[in-house]
Amino acid sequence: MDLTQFIWLVVKAAIMISVVMGAATYAVLLERKVAAAIQWRPGPNRTQIPIIGSIPVIGTWLTRIGIFQPVADGLKFLFKEDPFPKHVNAFYYVLAPLVAFIPAMTTMTVMPFGFFTSDDGSVTPLVLANLDIGILFILAVSSLGVYGIILGGWSANSKYPFLGGIRASSQMLSYELAMGLSLLPVFMWFGGTLNLFDIVQGQSDEWYGIIPQWTIFYQPLSALIFLVALFAETNRLPFDMPESETDLVAGYNTEYGSFKFGLFFVGEYTHVIIGSGVFTLLFLGGWDIPWLGFPDGYLGAVLSVFVFAVKVLLMVFFFMWIRWTLPRFRYDQVMNLGWQKLLPLAIANLVLYAIIIAIIEQF
Amino acid sequence: MAIKVLERKPLSLAERTYLPQIAGGLRITMKNLMKPPVTLEYPDARPDIPKGYRGVPTLVKDPNGREKCVSCQLCEFVCPPKAIRITPGSIPEESETAHVEKAPEEFEINMLRCIYCGYCEEVCPEEAIFLQNIFSLNGLSREELVFKKKKLYEIGGTLPDQHFKWDKKRKAELSGNPHH
Repeated sequence: MDLTQFIWLVVKAAIMISVVMGAATYAVLLERKVAAAIQWRPGPNRTQIPIIGSIPVIGTWLTRIGIFQPVADGLKFLFKEDPFPKHVNAFYYVLAPLVAFIPAMTTMTVMPFGFFTSDDGSVTPLVLANLDIGILFILAVSSLGVYGIILGGWSANSKYPFLGGIRASSQMLSYELAMGLSLLPVFMWFGGTLNLFDIVQGQSDEWYGIIPQWTIFYQPLSALIFLVALFAETNRLPFDMPESETDLVAGYNTEYGSFKFGLFFVGEYTHVIIGSGVFTLLFLGGWDIPWLGFPDGYLGAVLSVFVFAVKVLLMVFFFMWIRWTLPRFRYDQVMNLGWQKLLPLAIANLVLYAIIIAIIEQF
Repeated sequence: MAIKVLERKPLSLAERTYLPQIAGGLRITMKNLMKPPVTLEYPDARPDIPKGYRGVPTLVKDPNGREKCVSCQLCEFVCPPKAIRITPGSIPEESETAHVEKAPEEFEINMLRCIYCGYCEEVCPEEAIFLQNIFSLNGLSREELVFKKKKLYEIGGTLPDQHFKWDKKRKAELSGNPHH
């Protein structure tokens, strides 16, 4: 690998990181706006940046929709006093936010987000690293994030974070299984490939020109189990056991403040975005629009990225919609659902699709 | 009264998966998401003050611009927290409204003492003092919140008058019936 190629890779990675980080911070804004709209409030609408904010119509509109709010939030995290309790285990206390944040950012390297058709008709995926075991990589690395939560909870040396850490570990353990098992039928369906790009390309047709061949239409049960497990993995309501602010103060991040808390926070929202992206890729056809194709060249590439971004945005919105609809499960209900309902269901689903696929292959 | 025992039906399969219920919940939240916000953005938008609201007591003038208070001091006497202090004065001879005879030389209401009971408005025989719609007051010192006559007329403004008592009185006087 020569130098220019290396620099080009670094630039691409930097762009990807900034886009996902930006998306994560604006997901926080979206969350607040969705919460506000559901509760009949206007939501954040005051923060203003001096010059842009005072442009007559556009500036006030941007202020109204709260577009500058994440900037203020980020600056607040940066400049607030960084409390460092005396009773914590200093090394793990500092390590935990990093362990929570880095895996969340790492998973996006294997996420394809579009494709480029060159003049000679060859299709290249738009992705940082087109791994053949892409989805395995995502599952493996994203579940590392839980170590951040457990470390944060245990190193804080205080009862609420400790309970949060325990809950996080048991919840992750329970739902990881159902999540992995629910994905197996999808891989079997696409001939055993684990490459996310190939899976998306396999969903681009329609049956009889009508029903899009998205995985969710012929494997709804897999999609449902995966979605529920995804909610549990990302610690979103109704599964936010580690945080559960009503009974555990703030759960694992009770003892954290300022930028360390910010890292946990951004990591959580990055998880949500990556999770939405994976769900879109596996079950919603990725960048596929039913009944329509993409033009070749750069226009098609931009359009495919745009379609993918819209789908991910809708999924993120769905996450928030669920959050403001359902109350939190009790801890024993979470365990019950995970071990006694989802896991057997996932195994049954796997067996069922194994039989179906075997029958299809016979004829 | 007979006790009615409700029969608890076992949950159906669909109910046990919770999915229809979740869908119903999502529908409700989406319906609420579509509704416009009900928030009153307070400093920018003020609530509608209903008629008869007891806000800050103010002095008012009649539509002709005459100050209505005749410094009878009834409000000063009735005021439970003793927030009002009046220095009576007389109206100069050459004034057009000289027949009213008296007007306050100084009229102070200590807004830190006022309890907004409305007794002053009730007791005033001249309809000169009104508790109007100002509901938020602040100041940087105690002195600033002792409202003087000038300030009280400023925030009071002019209210419509149905009687024009003193105009009638002068008309009667001029037509030779002074004890109207």
